[in-house]
Amino acid sequence: MVTAVTSFGRSGLYDWLIQRVSAVVLAAYTLFMVAYLVLNPDLTYTQWQGLFDQLWMRIFSFVTLISIVAHAWIGLWSVLTDYLTSRMMGGKAVVLRVLAQVCLGVVAVTYTIWGIEILWGL
Amino acid sequence: MNKNRPVNLDISTISLPVTAIISILHRISGVILFAVVALLLWALHTSLASEEGFAQVGQVFGHPIAKIVLWGSLAALAYHLVAGVRHLIMDAGVGESLEGGRMGAKIVAVVAVILIALAGVWVW
Ligand code: HEM
Repeated sequence: MVTAVTSFGRSGLYDWLIQRVSAVVLAAYTLFMVAYLVLNPDLTYTQWQGLFDQLWMRIFSFVTLISIVAHAWIGLWSVLTDYLTSRMMGGKAVVLRVLAQVCLGVVAVTYTIWGIEILWGL
Repeated sequence: MNKNRPVNLDISTISLPVTAIISILHRISGVILFAVVALLLWALHTSLASEEGFAQVGQVFGHPIAKIVLWGSLAALAYHLVAGVRHLIMDAGVGESLEGGRMGAKIVAVVAVILIALAGVWVW
């Protein structure tokens, strides 16, 4: 059983809702990108750069990135708390799980900052 | 909660009905996607940085091995999306019966296979 809780939205219901809302954002961005790339088979650099030059596209991309991070954090928390449990591996499970979550956190922050740099060219 | 409930975690004795297979694949594809984000960010970064970078991304994705990686990533995304939409539909209360669950799982399998095949056509 998992006794140490390091979730995202502080309650299971909140996590559940955040995961649903982020899923809808991710689905919308995926459909948009697929449609754009399929409709523009001979995409040029100027066109591509022009797309990301627009404020709405940067905001859409940024909201998507934040959604990915929140969605994956909650999703991977579920995965970790299912497999790295004291039932499966004894007392060290908590240590391992916290370590794994720290790694996840580092990746999540890296993705976010990297994304901001790409979108706003800092 | 009683902490000493009996548990069976011997995978080999647990049967995997279609709903369980659809579920575990959703989990596996979700974990893969989190890694794929790094690839996407690299592609976005390089393709937007300069004209040469844009050409370089096109070249990299032209390589046979990169095509397989790209297709695998698209497959994970397509699968996760379809199975995710099933979650959302079931959250809305549709298809929650045992039969409904089985039917939904089969629909997910069929739609995902079609999308993954289409992704393959698009990549090659
Ligand atoms: C880059 C994008 C994505 C990543 C990295 C990602 C990752 C994940 C992960 C790791 C999980 C946890 C799996 C589990 O607990 O078994 C998950 C769950 C989920 N994903 Fe995604 N996902 C992505 C995109 C999407 C999209 C586009 C949808 C569209 C509908 C979606 C819908 C869902 C839903 C509904 C769940 C919850 C499943 C549950 O409650 O058991 N995801 N995702």
